[in-house]
Formats: sequence, C-alpha cells, structure tokens
Amino acid sequence: MARNDFQGSLDLLVLKTLMQRGRLHGYGIVLHIQRASDELLQVEEGSIYPALHRMEVSGWIDSEWALTETRRKAKFYTLTPAGEKQLTEAEESWEQLVKGVRAMLRYA
Amino acid sequence: MKLFRRIANLLRLSAREREIDAELKAHIELRMEDNLARGMTPAAARRDALVRFGNPVVMKERSIGAEAALGLDGVGRDVRYALRQLRRSPGFAVTAVVTLALGIGANVAVFGVLNAVLLHPLEVSEPQNLYQLRHQAWASGRLLTTSYPAFEDLRQRNTTFSGMAGIYAYSSAGLRWRNAVVGVHGDEVTGNYFDLLGVQPEAGRFFHAADEHGPGSAPFVVLSDELWRSAFHADRGIVGTTVEMNRHAFTVVGVAAAQFHGTERFVWPDYWIPMVNEEQVAGWDSLHDRTAIAVTVIGRLKPGVTPQQATENLNAIAAELAKEYPETDAGGALRLIHPGLLGDDGEVIRGFLWSVTVLALLVLAAACANLGGLFAARAADRSRELALRVALGSSRWRLVRQLLTEAVVVSLAGGAAGLGSAFLLLSALNRWHSPYGHLAESVDARVYLAGLALTLGSGLLFGMVPARQVWQSSPLQSLKNGPAESLHLRRFALRDLLLGVQIAICTLLVTASLVAVRGMVRTLHAPLGFKPQGAMLVDMDLSQAGQEGDVALDKQKEMIEAARSIAGVTAAGTVSRTPMTGGLHGVPIFRPGTTEFTLNNSVLAPYVLQMSPGYLEAAGTRLLSGRDVRWQDNAETPHVAIVNETFARTMWGETPAVGQHFIVGGNLTEVVGVAEDGKYHDMQEAPQPVAYVPFSQNESSDAILVVRSRRAPNEMAAALERTLSGIEPNVPITVESWPASLRGELFPARAATAALGVMGLLAAMLAVTGIFGMAAYSVSKRMKELGIRVALGAGRAQLAKAALGRPVALLMAGSALGLGLGMLATPLLGRLVYAANPRDPLVLGGVVATMALLGAIATCIPARRARRVNPATLMREE
Repeated sequence: MARNDFQGSLDLLVLKTLMQRGRLHGYGIVLHIQRASDELLQVEEGSIYPALHRMEVSGWIDSEWALTETRRKAKFYTLTPAGEKQLTEAEESWEQLVKGVRAMLRYA
Repeated sequence: MKLFRRIANLLRLSAREREIDAELKAHIELRMEDNLARGMTPAAARRDALVRFGNPVVMKERSIGAEAALGLDGVGRDVRYALRQLRRSPGFAVTAVVTLALGIGANVAVFGVLNAVLLHPLEVSEPQNLYQLRHQAWASGRLLTTSYPAFEDLRQRNTTFSGMAGIYAYSSAGLRWRNAVVGVHGDEVTGNYFDLLGVQPEAGRFFHAADEHGPGSAPFVVLSDELWRSAFHADRGIVGTTVEMNRHAFTVVGVAAAQFHGTERFVWPDYWIPMVNEEQVAGWDSLHDRTAIAVTVIGRLKPGVTPQQATENLNAIAAELAKEYPETDAGGALRLIHPGLLGDDGEVIRGFLWSVTVLALLVLAAACANLGGLFAARAADRSRELALRVALGSSRWRLVRQLLTEAVVVSLAGGAAGLGSAFLLLSALNRWHSPYGHLAESVDARVYLAGLALTLGSGLLFGMVPARQVWQSSPLQSLKNGPAESLHLRRFALRDLLLGVQIAICTLLVTASLVAVRGMVRTLHAPLGFKPQGAMLVDMDLSQAGQEGDVALDKQKEMIEAARSIAGVTAAGTVSRTPMTGGLHGVPIFRPGTTEFTLNNSVLAPYVLQMSPGYLEAAGTRLLSGRDVRWQDNAETPHVAIVNETFARTMWGETPAVGQHFIVGGNLTEVVGVAEDGKYHDMQEAPQPVAYVPFSQNESSDAILVVRSRRAPNEMAAALERTLSGIEPNVPITVESWPASLRGELFPARAATAALGVMGLLAAMLAVTGIFGMAAYSVSKRMKELGIRVALGAGRAQLAKAALGRPVALLMAGSALGLGLGMLATPLLGRLVYAANPRDPLVLGGVVATMALLGAIATCIPARRARRVNPATLMREE
C-alpha cells in the first residue's frame, strides 16, 4: 500500500509547488500552498522545514542561498530530476488513495 | 567516499545548526515584512509571524532530526560509540593502535622506497620507450658498455631507433671559477643527449648535435641545478660566462632543471659536457679507440618497433662489427634494459625491494592476526551485552557494523600514526646520501593511497573476526551461559589459529633477520685479498694539473716518497684503480707466438691493473713468490707483470708461473711474481684472474695513492693533505680511509641487515604481545577453574600447565611451522643477503632460543598470576 500519511501529502504539496513555480524559498512555498488551497491547509508554517531538509537529504530537491526581491538572504529550493520522478509517483499514489477513499464513502 | 562526507558532515553539525537557524529566521522576517506591508504594527507583525510559524526550537530539532535519520547519524553514532568503547579500555586501544602503526609504518616506508626506485618514471619525456644497450658479456670482464666508435656504428647502421646517445659517466674535473677550484663529477655526453631525452633547461640552453664539429669543437658545459646553487649561488648571470675545467676554458650554456639528473636514479652528475671535448677534461679522448669501452648507450625506439625487433637489428650490426673488427668488437650479443638502476644491478635492487615488500606485508599480516585475536577476545567478553542487544531487537547487521566501525576507527588511528612515522623516515632517507648514491623519495599521492588502502584493508580484515562471531552467535545461548564459557569451542579454535599463524610469521621473520645478520658477519670476514684496515686512499688527479707522461710519473714518484717520509707510515704505493670501485673489464691476453690478436685467439681476459712498486705492501696483498715491480722496469727494459693465483693456475697449472711469458697490449710480458687472490669487483664474484703491470711501463692517467700507517685515520688524513698539497698546490686532493671508502660495497649487505633486523624486531614484539595477550586472557578467564584446582590440591607445575598449556603448545607449533617456512624461503632470502643459509645450525639455534625467550617473556606475568591464585578470595567473587 502506498504511504499516505500527512507527511506524504506535505511532500506532495511541496514538490508540486516547486514544479509549478520553479525556484522558491520556504516562506514562498508556504504562501503558495496557502493561496492555492484557499487557506484550507492550516498547519504551522515552520513544519515545512523538517520536510524540506528531509527531501534535500533524499536528493529530491536542491538548495542555495540567494537574495529575495526585498534583498533579504533566504535559502531557495529547486526540484531535481529525482524529485520530479518522486512527484509523479506521489501524485499517482495520491490519486489511488483518493479513489479508494471515494469508493469507501460510496460503499457506505 | 560517501562515508567521509558523512563524517565531515558530522563535524560540521554546529555549522548546520547555524544555517538552519538563519533559514528559519529569514522565514519569520519575510512574514513580518508582509504583515507590515498589510499595515500591522511592528509588534503585532512579529507576534503574528511567530504564532503562524510555531516553535522555532522544535522546528530546528526536527529539521536536524530529519537529516540525521537518513543515514548521516548512523555512522556518526557508531563512531561515537566506538570511541567511547575504546576510551573505556585505553590499554587495549593503545596496544592496538601501536601494533597497527608499526605494521603500516613499515609497509608505507617500504612502499615509499619502492615507489621512488621502481614505480616512479624517470624525469625524461616518454621514459617507456627509452632503452639502454648492453653487451651480454664482454670477454670475461664486467664492463658491458661500448666503445665510442662502436656506438657511432650502431647509431648509423640501425633502423629501429629514432635516436641514440652515448654517455661517459666517469668524468671528473677541477672546476675553477673566480680563483676557487672545486672537484666535480659529471657526464660526457653526445650532442643529441638532451634532445633525445626531451628535457628543458632551467636557465640558458642545452647543447645540441649541431654544436659539434669534431673533437674539441664544443667547449660548452651544462651545470646541474645543485652545482649551480652550491658553487654559483644560483646566479642566472653565470649563463654565457666562462669557467675553467682542468685548465681548459668552457662556456656555461645552461643549467638543468632541479629534478633532472640524467638517466640513473641514484647518480646526480654535477655537469654535462659534449663528449667531443673529452680531451680537454680527461687529457685523452677515446673517440677513435675501440678498446676504450666505457660508453653507455641509450636509445629511443621508433614508434611501433618492439624491443625484440630492435635487439635483432642491433645483433645483426654487432655480428657485422665482429667481422670487421675481430680484435676488438667480437664482444657478442647485445640486449636492451631499462636504464636507471645502475645497469644490471637493477635486477638485484628489484629483487631486494620486492622481497622486503613481501616481508613488510608479512609483518602487517602478523599485526592483523594479533589484532584479530585481541578483538575476538573483546567481543567474547562483550558477548552478553551483544546478545542482549540482539534480543532487544537490534539487527545483527547493526552490531556487525558497530564492531567493524570500532576496527576501522582503530585502524585509522594506527594508520595515521604509521603514515606519520613513515613520512618522517622517508624524509630522513631523502636527506641521507647513501653510498649507493642519492635517492629522492617523493611522498606522493600514490604513497598516501597505499597507506590508506592498507589501513582500511587491515581494519576490515581484523574487524571481520569479531564480526563473524557475532553473526554466528546465538543470543539465547550467550545469555544462558556465563560470559566466559559462551561459544568457547569455536572461538577458541579461531583465536588459536590466528595466534599460531602469527607466531609462524614472526618466526619466519626472526629467521630472516638472523640469516641477514649471519650473512653480514660472514661478508665482513670474507677474505678480501687486501687489508683496508689501517690504510688511507688519496685521490689526487695529476691530469687535472695538466701533467702527463714522464712528468706525471716523476710527480707520482715524488708523491709516494713524500707520503713514505711521514712519521708512522709503513708503506705507500699507487694503483690505477682500487678494488671494488667498479669500472673493471677484462683485457684479452695471448700466448707467446700468437700473431693474430683477435678476441677469439685470446686465452684469458684478466683485469689488468697498473701499479707502482710498494702498492702490494701498502694494500696488504701478499706476494707469494717472485719479486715486486721496480722503478727500474721501464720502457727500455723487458715488460714485466705480477699475476694472481687464479691467473697463474689457469694459465700454467702447477708449473711455477714466475719466468713464464704472455702477451698483453701487444707486449711480450714476463711474470716476475705471484700475488694472492682477492675480491676485485664485488664480494660475490668468483675468483678472477688479475695481472698487475708497472706504471713505469704502462701509462695511465688514473692513480690512487694507498698509504698504510700505524696512526689514526683522521690524524693521517691531515698529515697527508698537508704534505701532498705542498707538492702540487692546484690539484684538489681527496683523502679517505680505506674502510670508509668501502662502505658502498657493504651497503647492500648493511641495508639488508638493517631492513631485516627491523622487521625481525617488529615481529618479535608482535609475538610477545600476541602470546602475552592470549596467555593473560586465558588465565583471567579461567581464574575460577584454577582456584578450584588449587583448592583440590593442584601443585604449581600442574597449575601452570593448565593455565598456559595452550599458549605454549601454540608457540611451539607456530615456531616449528615458521622455521619450516624459513627453510622454504631460502631463495627469497638469497635475493636479500649474500650467502643466505637458513639451515645454518647457528641460525636454527638462534631462532629456537629467540622464540623460547620471547615465549618466556610473554608468559611469565600470566604465569605469576596463575600461581598466585587464592581460592578463598576467588570463590567469593562473582
């Protein structure tokens, strides 16, 4: 069975964000997820960082320090080829989970 | 390398923490900016940002944790755990590290020398297709080089070499610059030499083939970097100026690069001059003389030509030359060797170095066996702890990894220490000018890599021993049993085997070092046919003063008389070349009545030495019959010679030699005396025929004065220098005691003895620690049992037998095996030591005594402990 805990979905959201927006810092990713999900996903903003670092060690994303538009130093992340592959897999397993849950709900 | 990155990351952990802090802070500040832009007050903006972010400390910890969980920490934790374990038993850790440091240090040092001598290419371009030509054998002489005319023939007629150059490597001169004269040694080379080697100068230019237009046409000299620095203060202005060499003007055209020193690894020439100008420096030239065969020929193969094809090509030319010049060039076949290691000595040096490498690896193997045993004993002591961890769900792989980590940590520490000491040793060797010549060992990446590979390899090797135990152990069994008995059968068997192997290797090494010492002693006492003790050698080249012919002879006579007049001098005489200084070659001699002096008609090719009256007495060579040569034997009187026993026996058998005749150099010569046999070229040679002829009938530019006296060498040296410089002030004089000048000849034996002695010492130390460890361990584990034995009335002897029976049995079995191996390794030892014979009863006895002594040293402390067992105290423990 695919891994579909909360951590898995946060990974999916981060990877998807980086796929759509290219290079972003942590705060930018949080903003994007909040906006795109109509503020649906309310988690502590800081909890994105353990996820980012885990994904970085796994080689899914790369990082570098750079300046923001307001000339503040921040760490920017980009998707790696391995990350793209991971995103495809995560999307598929997410679809399956949704299908499964929907089927369950219908059945009930 | 992934492992190293992880370890590096571990050390950078605090840097990582700072970076994460900065990242989280940036986030909060960005949120605050946005909040401020939306019109919040700064305080509200900050509070909102913090609330939204959550607890930064928790986030940081979780971020670090997220990275750590993915492997980084795994190794880190193992390393920290291993360090903690080692700190808990410092004695064990230090023993292990020192043992390994010795093993690895020895190997790295040996490899460093091997790398410099054999593996490092020569400092010329494309050294792989550069070859040296050598005769298979020239008569029975030793000099396998070529004459200059023969070199020219080979160069012009061959079709397989893109170029060939000649080198005369025995050039020496008095170099005068600004009124100071220094004695220098160098090479005379053909003009194309530098272009053939494809090297570039450091300053100025090299000379080329185009600079030469016949004899005496190119008075140019190229200085070595070393001479340039020592005598000319590295002054670039020297290029283009004129210096005097043996009173002839030479223009300094350039300076060779610092790392370039020709094609011999051990020889560092001071200068290079064109061979066409030989006469100015040497006082004669051999450019047209087919009997002067001291030219070393090097050549570069054409692309695509194999050495085999080139050899065939050369031998076809040699056969032509033998037909054209039967008197001089019927020298037989030619062969190609790689230049760099003093000609054929290369084989000896190669064999020696590889043999020493094998022995060094054996030391490391013994060290690994030793450490394997130590680690196995430790793992046995910890078997309960390990079993508990398996029972609590730790995977076996994890335990194995931990034990291996411990082994690798120890091996890295030992390797670092070993590499450090090897580095110091190699730099010391680098500064040392061995009698063989100077060797530049560069400690390059290859040496470091070899050290690292050995370190990790040995760490994994001895780490496998305890790891294997853990892999095969059953936790249930370990927990049920006490720590001492667990798994005893198997493990003891393995540890016994390791100790046995270690003792066998150590015995082999001890055998080798005793064989070497014995060989050395024998070498020192071999009959030389002359007595270096008490004699001084004076090298005073009169040709440097421009004196030749009868003038030089008179000067020589004057020198001998002056030396004889010094108080304490008992004899003095000159000789063209003292024994064991190389450069000897057979000179063909003929029976009286021979008309065609072709090499095929010659009866013998003895070494022919020129000498003055009194030389034999000064050298300590006994005259067995007849008379010494006299100054009155001169050009007007019949030619005379003194021959040695081998010469006399080979030529005339039992008939007395005095009064017999032979022809040498075209002169009918009468034998007036017979001298004792001796060693002339090296210690290993078979008896050689030798003829001594007087200087007064045979001119020679080389003359070494031998002075025998009853006074101390240093006193004598000063007196000689004072007296002789009065006779000829402008010639550099070198005075040396004869034993000191023979150091070079004894160097291989000494080097072998030193190398094998050190290995033997290391092996002995390893044997002691190995046996001690085993005995101490077995006593400590069996204290309870021994206590019961004492309580039941066992005597001391029985107790000692029970406690130490196994280590002693192993010691005996291992020693026997090692001795057997030593016998089998005779050929290996033969490459190292002159007259190696492990079957020598003295060596055998020495080995047995050494091993018994080592055993006694190693078991005496455990034995004492076993004897002092007090059952009452023991029973109350545990």
